[in-house]
Amino acid sequence: MVEHFNAHTEANATMTRTQERIPTVVVDDAHIIYRVHQGAAGGTTPVAALRRLVKRTHAPNVREVHAVKGISFTAYRGEAIGLIGSNGSGKSTILRAIAGLLPVNRGAIHTQGQPSLLGVNAALLNDLSGERNVVLGCLAMGMHPDDVAKQAAGIIDFSGINERGDFASLPMRTYSSGMAARLRFSIAAAKKHDVLLIDEALATGDKGFRKRSEQRVRELREGAGTVFLVSHQLSSVRDTCERTIWLESGVIRMDGPTDEVIRAYEAYANSK
Amino acid sequence: MATTALVDPDTGLTQAQLAARHGLRVAGERPSLVEYSRRLWAYRHFIAAYANAKLVASYSNAKLGQLWQVLTPLTNAAVYYLIFGVVLAQNEIPNFIAYLTTGLFIFNFTQSAVLAGTQSISSNLGLIRALHFPRASLPLSTTITQFQQLLASMVVLVGIVLVTGEPLTWEWLLLVPALLLQAVFNAGVVLLVARLGSKSSDLKQVMPFIMRTWMYGSGVLYSVSLFERLPGWATTLVQFNPLLVYIELARYALLEEAPLLNESLTQLWLVGAGWALVAGIGGFFYFWRGEQEYGRG
Repeated sequence: MVEHFNAHTEANATMTRTQERIPTVVVDDAHIIYRVHQGAAGGTTPVAALRRLVKRTHAPNVREVHAVKGISFTAYRGEAIGLIGSNGSGKSTILRAIAGLLPVNRGAIHTQGQPSLLGVNAALLNDLSGERNVVLGCLAMGMHPDDVAKQAAGIIDFSGINERGDFASLPMRTYSSGMAARLRFSIAAAKKHDVLLIDEALATGDKGFRKRSEQRVRELREGAGTVFLVSHQLSSVRDTCERTIWLESGVIRMDGPTDEVIRAYEAYANSK
Repeated sequence: MATTALVDPDTGLTQAQLAARHGLRVAGERPSLVEYSRRLWAYRHFIAAYANAKLVASYSNAKLGQLWQVLTPLTNAAVYYLIFGVVLAQNEIPNFIAYLTTGLFIFNFTQSAVLAGTQSISSNLGLIRALHFPRASLPLSTTITQFQQLLASMVVLVGIVLVTGEPLTWEWLLLVPALLLQAVFNAGVVLLVARLGSKSSDLKQVMPFIMRTWMYGSGVLYSVSLFERLPGWATTLVQFNPLLVYIELARYALLEEAPLLNESLTQLWLVGAGWALVAGIGGFFYFWRGEQEYGRG
């Protein structure tokens, strides 16, 4: 099956060791429409709200956005797939749908196991110390308390939050955004995931942490997982992913080896 | 063009057939009720750890810290005693302080659990969106946190009851099953309001009023004998009010001469157990039905 698969030959080169390609995420003509609250736009007076209740219409500041318009692709075990595209092209939306957090309005998304989404805003408990967040986060991923006790120190080391003094025992609300993001990534990466979805979460770390986290992503892939990476930093997509999907206004513009797709994307972005 | 990769050319399967062949499941599918309960049991460590963490965090900014666990119920009791015991001078109830504080603390257990439960989904969206765990863990740990708070206020209550001259009897042991039944009832109600509150944040505004109405209907602040002046059907209705039942069970256990609305103790226990069962199972079922929707939007 491998030799006829012409869309991403380079991606397949790394896959030839596993004879059969096992799909982990199958997206079948997915359409996603969601309602966004535009904030206080007008018509927010009590009278207007009452009139809406009586007439049973939606608030005027809620608008429907057709964010993903018929996307189909298949991701296989051991693949790292970059998702690129301009702002608002539907990258984050499709990730959240794969994680099961947004319903598809048409089509279907099939996944193996439970994909985990790692986003920038994935806050844990800000009032609690970093250590406690590590324990809670690991338990919330379904780890056994004994394993958590064994791994907790390693997770804090990996995140590097203790590099400048003992931050692990301080509440998370005192962390800088980069530190919090590093800790979150470290917690999520402590467990083996069938499918890990990373939404810009690596962008906040410093250079040393980026290196460590890219290494961790590679390990996760070798453990037969699939990793999706949404990023505006093309260099980190180039370093971690061999396959890249380019989305533009909710449709797939290109799907193939990272080098080709990024070259085409850069040409497109520069010509605008 | 990318779309040529949609269908694996060798096998000629459509996307749906490919997914079916490899046993993939639809993203965000709801597990069966049995499977869900099993998963929830597997997450018991998380539930306990989260409940403890919340308890610690709730007073982390206060100077007096955990002392507030005891100070809050005490202050509450003092305020109500000032109004109903001193200003309005209730004298038909023997040992009014103990009567009032028992009702107040028992009611407060449900009240604070419900108020916290309304937001147990909506205030944890970050956690829900980041990690996958059975969502019922959150409302359940809210209930446990409130149960831990209750234990602290029970220590205060026992002190007040003893100081005001009630004797220590074997009947006090009945307080334990009564509180456990109430805890199950609370868990069910919390699961219910957690799902409702995840849909509309308006509930958060309405809930305090509902709880206050409920308090007046539970004979917390005044003698339950007042309810006997109501028309017959209304008295019966109040008799089946779950919170009145749990409060009466506690008063029966702790106090010697407190007036009770329900004369039959068997009926009290049956109604209390019935409510716990109905709310517990009903709330769990209702919450499970919405499992895939939490964190969406």
